[in-house]
Amino acid sequence: MASIVLTDIVKKYGDGFPAVKGVSLDIADGEFVILVGPSGCGKSTLLRMIVGLEDITSGDLEIGGRRVNDKAPRDRNLAMVFQNYALYPHLTVFENIAFPLRLQKGQFSDDEIRRKVELAADTLELREHLDRKPANLSGGQRQRVAMGRAIVREADAFLFDEPLSNLDAKLRGQMRTEIARMQRRLGTTTVYVTHDQTEAMTLGDRVAVLRKGELQQVASPRGLYEQPVNLFVAGFIGSPPMNFLPGVVEDDALQLPFARVPLDDRLRASIGDRGLVIVGLRPEHVEDVRVLEPDKVEAGVTFTADVDVTEWLGAELYAYIPFDTHPDVATKLEELDRDLDGEGMRSQVVVVLGSESRVRDGDRAELWFDPARLMVFDPETGENLTRDDDAAARIDEENEADRRASLERAQARERRDGDGAGAGEHAA
Amino acid sequence: MSTLTGRQKAGWAVITVLVLVYALFPVAAIAATSFKRPSELNQGTFLPQSPTTANYEQILVGGAQELFLSALRNSIGISLIATAVAVVLATLAAYAIARLDFPGKRLVLTTALGVSIFPVISIVTPLFNLWRSIGLYDTWLGLIIPYLSLTLPISIWTLAAFFRQIPWELEQAAQVDGATSWQAFRKAIVPLAAPGVFTTALIAFFIAWNDFVYGISLTSTEAARPVPAALAFFTGASQFEEPTGSISAAAVVVTVPVVVLVLLFQRQIVSGLTQGAVKG
Repeated sequence: MASIVLTDIVKKYGDGFPAVKGVSLDIADGEFVILVGPSGCGKSTLLRMIVGLEDITSGDLEIGGRRVNDKAPRDRNLAMVFQNYALYPHLTVFENIAFPLRLQKGQFSDDEIRRKVELAADTLELREHLDRKPANLSGGQRQRVAMGRAIVREADAFLFDEPLSNLDAKLRGQMRTEIARMQRRLGTTTVYVTHDQTEAMTLGDRVAVLRKGELQQVASPRGLYEQPVNLFVAGFIGSPPMNFLPGVVEDDALQLPFARVPLDDRLRASIGDRGLVIVGLRPEHVEDVRVLEPDKVEAGVTFTADVDVTEWLGAELYAYIPFDTHPDVATKLEELDRDLDGEGMRSQVVVVLGSESRVRDGDRAELWFDPARLMVFDPETGENLTRDDDAAARIDEENEADRRASLERAQARERRDGDGAGAGEHAA
Repeated sequence: MSTLTGRQKAGWAVITVLVLVYALFPVAAIAATSFKRPSELNQGTFLPQSPTTANYEQILVGGAQELFLSALRNSIGISLIATAVAVVLATLAAYAIARLDFPGKRLVLTTALGVSIFPVISIVTPLFNLWRSIGLYDTWLGLIIPYLSLTLPISIWTLAAFFRQIPWELEQAAQVDGATSWQAFRKAIVPLAAPGVFTTALIAFFIAWNDFVYGISLTSTEAARPVPAALAFFTGASQFEEPTGSISAAAVVVTVPVVVLVLLFQRQIVSGLTQGAVKG
């Protein structure tokens, strides 16, 4: 158990390429922190610097209050799960899990090793596979062996480097909950790297969003979703991603490509004297007027739009609406799209409607949204002008309280059925 | 894999037999000849009429003993040393090539390739002159050095290809698990590299063992002459008698170590041991 403190961590490669540009991050003891960002944002490099596989160019890294910049990986007492599992193919599952214990010469007797390995194997339901070689295991089983190797020695922290990206979708969902459960029960500080925002949102106590080696925002998943600091975070978090529209200020209203939003105090204050802003509208905040209660319709903005394509997903319906963007914000939005690993195909709005909506391909649909949920961004800096710092702080406080409570519950439960082997697995 | 039909099985069997006969008939003929008496050599029968071990006695304990046993000793010693040196150097070189990024990496590989395709016969004469003037002519070292030029390039290429397959993460995982660099190399990499190193050593050994051009050109006495060269110096019981029987016996004796080595290391030469280290 330990906290991890990063202070102005910089990584420059031999050719001068700066992969990480001064990241500072406090990870509390027992916290589950996600490093997320598009490919090439430096998240894996950062993780590898924490574990000691990459040198730190400058800055300080403290684990449990000790500066470990110059310590070898084995002196940092961290456990890591690699993207491709990195199991030792010549060893059985048992020996793979026992490997870290055997390296600590003389610390553990054979009986102790057997007991610890079997405990880890029970936790991960690997008992019947202990004598097999990794080559004979399925992807999910290999993944669990890699996790077993991490939990068997009481490491100060777990580091995960995209551990689920090699699994298929169904297994990924199962393993995700498995990792969350394990972390809660063990209460071990965890740093988890992913490019998958579903993993980021569901697993993390806090999520650190990186872009080109710079930390954009560290907040709870809800904080990121509701109060993003800039265009990048707003566009990265959420699925389908947030729609960005050019908003031209005309008289006392904001003119969007297919809607006119009257300015209220909140919007007026955030826009200031700008004539053009980027407006962010989450797909799930748009509704089909025909399935909405009439009194709700009054409170929002309605507009009609030509729906190009629809996708019916059972629980919900995605509708795509093409629009012509404003030339002054086009470059900014294209750049953002590139940063988010997009293809910059065409400017379109995607809206998520209820599955009972009857909107179909080629329809002219009447849609509705609540202007209070609009976000407004500066077209130059990308800063979120509607961000409410007090609300953001409140969300993070609540989140922290929730985290402590759930950790407490998980551990109380663990103590209660601690003696039944593998019981925690089923009770959780 | 679909199972084969009866017809396909029969077809494969016929092809297999044909290939086996084509490949093994000369070996069988030599083995049969080695048991023939001098008088039977030209009778045109395949099997010896009255098998005899006289030829073996001659080369191992009889008249040709001097010539053959010393040549065998030279061959074994020189080939083993050339193999050992080549494998050690190639392992280190290939590890560096597979793991590190350094200037001139491609140059090393291209040079190795260039050396290995260079015709042996074109450098033998200058080497002969050079070796004579610096005193390496007709010594073990005088053969080991040119053998290295044959075995090193191929060893570097095979091992570099082999090391590239071993996931780098294994070593890193071991280090995170608490191993020193040396422990990580020994416990995670060596067990995986062993089959590759064995295979390479075997190939290198055969190259050195089979060489004839250097063997005959750079030696003059039994001080360093290897078996393939020595066979050319066998003489019959009289000058009118061809030493075919003795040569055949010697050829069989020379083939035996190769077969034994392959059988011994067969199990090590299994590929696919790295399967399962990463997502397969």
